[in-house]
Amino acid sequence: MRETWNRLSEKQYFRPLIIFIIILLFNGIVSKGDFFTLSIVDGHLYGRIIDIVRNGSKLMILAGGMTMILATGGTDISVGSIMAISGAIACSIVNGNIFPSFNGNVAAAIILAILAGTVSGIWNGFLVAKIKIQPIVATMILMVAGRGIAQLITRGKIVTITSETYYFINGGYICGLPFPLFIVLFLVGFLVLFTGRTAFGLFLESVGCNPTASKYVGIKVDRMLLAIYTLSGAFAAVAGLIESAGIKGADCNNAGLGIEMDAILAVAIGGTNLMGGRFSIPASVIGALIVQSITTTVLALGVPAAYIRVLKALLIIIICLSQSKQFKDLVIKRKMINRKVVGS
Amino acid sequence: MSAGNQLLTVRNISKAFGKAVIALADVQFDLNRGEIHALLGENGAGKSTLIKVLTGVENKDQGIIELDGRQINPRSTQEAQNEGISTVYQEVNLCPNLSVAENIYIGREPRNRFGTINWKKINADARELLDKFDLHINVTKNLDHYSVAIQQMVAIARASDIDAKVLILDEPTSSLSSAEVDKLFQIMRKLREEGMGIVFVTHFLDQVYEVTDRITVLRNGKYVGTYLTKELPRVELVGKMIGKDYAGLKEAMNAKWPEETERQEKETFIKLVNVSSPGTVKGFELTVKMGEVLGFSGLLGSGRSETAKVLFGIDPISEGEVKVKNEMAHLHSPLDAIRNGIAFCPENRKTEGIIGELSIWENIILALQVKRGIFHKISRKEAEGLAKEYIEKLQIKTPGTEQLIKNLSGGNQQKVILARWLATDPEFLMLDEPTRGIDIGTKAEIQKIVMDLAGRGMAVLFISSEIDEMLRCCTRMIVLRDMKQVGELNGKEISEEAIMRIMAGGEAS
Repeated sequence: MRETWNRLSEKQYFRPLIIFIIILLFNGIVSKGDFFTLSIVDGHLYGRIIDIVRNGSKLMILAGGMTMILATGGTDISVGSIMAISGAIACSIVNGNIFPSFNGNVAAAIILAILAGTVSGIWNGFLVAKIKIQPIVATMILMVAGRGIAQLITRGKIVTITSETYYFINGGYICGLPFPLFIVLFLVGFLVLFTGRTAFGLFLESVGCNPTASKYVGIKVDRMLLAIYTLSGAFAAVAGLIESAGIKGADCNNAGLGIEMDAILAVAIGGTNLMGGRFSIPASVIGALIVQSITTTVLALGVPAAYIRVLKALLIIIICLSQSKQFKDLVIKRKMINRKVVGS
Repeated sequence: MSAGNQLLTVRNISKAFGKAVIALADVQFDLNRGEIHALLGENGAGKSTLIKVLTGVENKDQGIIELDGRQINPRSTQEAQNEGISTVYQEVNLCPNLSVAENIYIGREPRNRFGTINWKKINADARELLDKFDLHINVTKNLDHYSVAIQQMVAIARASDIDAKVLILDEPTSSLSSAEVDKLFQIMRKLREEGMGIVFVTHFLDQVYEVTDRITVLRNGKYVGTYLTKELPRVELVGKMIGKDYAGLKEAMNAKWPEETERQEKETFIKLVNVSSPGTVKGFELTVKMGEVLGFSGLLGSGRSETAKVLFGIDPISEGEVKVKNEMAHLHSPLDAIRNGIAFCPENRKTEGIIGELSIWENIILALQVKRGIFHKISRKEAEGLAKEYIEKLQIKTPGTEQLIKNLSGGNQQKVILARWLATDPEFLMLDEPTRGIDIGTKAEIQKIVMDLAGRGMAVLFISSEIDEMLRCCTRMIVLRDMKQVGELNGKEISEEAIMRIMAGGEAS
């Protein structure tokens, strides 16, 4: 028992998990237990926790892809715009605005949307890996252009759709659990297996720590970068599908707006070093749940939504401090001085 | 307390990293005004840690530092500098993209009456200062425009100008040519005359005897002793550094090839015909045979490392052909080279070799993993087995396989890199400066490993700036100049004079 605990506490996801549990408990106490109530309506589970999972699904998916990119010391700030493109394409196909020959086929809409995300990712990866543009600048191109592209697809309008099949992506249930949860499990599970069961994870950490030395041991650094930016783009497209299915339409101006920063925040909360190196995808996913649950908590407390941003900022400060060596040294020194004073 | 001449006194300093690693235990050190004091010891002896404590990079756990009889406790390099302790590292810690003058006056720029920086004065002052050091360079050019040697002298000039009382030189000569070293020594002597105390860390014993007054030796984080340089014979010094009596040492240092008769013509491993690479090597011809240790001699930039990089697929081949075991080989990437049985320990251990944040076992299996491919992951058990095997075979000193490689000393890091390549079971091993910045004991060990490997049939390419070790290890020597092969020496022909003559432009006899 004790041994299991020790082993668990060494994992990178341990700290974020504890934080998440504390936030949940806090909510439980403030709401006098309402928070944990799950009700079953028509065989579907409802409740606050279910909401967090459903609303946080996009962020969890993005955080998965973002983790690998941050592990190489890069960043992808185009994911929000890719979500907008993906939603625009899917919704426009479903309501027949583009490719009318598909007759509003949802499967075709999904496939083409994900394809668009993949192509966007390849573009990002090409700029970073081959042209060697700094990741933040390279992905900024699509961040800016992406929303424009999305608006061109929707001709500048908000596209609304009526398709129960498409709604299912966000609102559907399987075995009483919301469908987005299964998407998350599938995609994140894929990433965890891919990075853990193959040498991909080791190579990523190696590239993140020392790209030159990695190249010199034979790792194809360019291909690795291309692969992760492509994955990130494809994942963002999936998140875009969930988003548009949730609002039952494509809103190019607001879909995924600012979500890239939340995704980076989630990875940071998960404890992955943003300068590259060691990473943990499960920890980032828990980080995403934390970001989401903070939003839920603030809304549940009846605090104006404006405070969410302030709270997030506070959270970032706390994370930065907890990762700063200088700060730790300072605290430890204080403690030692205090102890000396007490001791003498 | 302090005698009139005593400048810096360090008493009973201790420093531990975590519980397991004790870097310094009760170490003493003292430095006089107008003295050059060598701080010597093997890798892991604690020299670097002591310097880091003195310069405020690391905090000591215990002990006292006194400067001019006053206790100091620097918490950052800035604080140490304000107290009068300046350091010049092997890797120059200035800003390469600022001008020489800016580098000298950064943080204390002279202002004019409008409160903005007085550029005229900065440049004029910088020129005047460098003139004193007999260094006539354009101070408005960026620092990285100049060689490492000049950068280092700029760093020293800066240190002397900010009223440093103590100047710490941490292996400043590793990458300098002998003419540059002479110039550096001139400057050091000049500063000594002015009353500065200089701490000189180096691995080159010749230099210790040439320039220092006293020697302090550390070993395994402990203080061994302080001696007058002229009263300490070289063998005794080495003995004190490695903690062996010198009979054992002699054996290690005298490892030699068995008699020539045992060696015979072996099959060719790799053959280059008229190979060129843009910007580096031109029309290179080379044959490497199994079981030989081929040496590349030449000055820095003569094409030694460049050729190795071409052979390893790092730099592209624009012309000519490469044959591995009589078959055409295409070396477009390091992976191609690895698949052809080639391994390469690069010159800069820190930037091109180690993956600092990863553990020893991960660093060891990395190349093998690449060779096997991304989908054939080496199991944890196999990795652990490999790591343990090589830790024992190469006698890597580490608390365990999980240790991060950046926490090892330079010599042990080099052994891990060597293990990484031996794990891929190569037929041709290229070593670029494998013993640079490594203590004598480990150096001898690595040389012995190289000879053993060649003895068992591996082809080895050995590149080193130290002619001594080349003479000892190599069975054949190729001399390079200006990216071209200018001479070849075999077996008994190999001698320092012969190499020098060819390097300088004479013909091979």
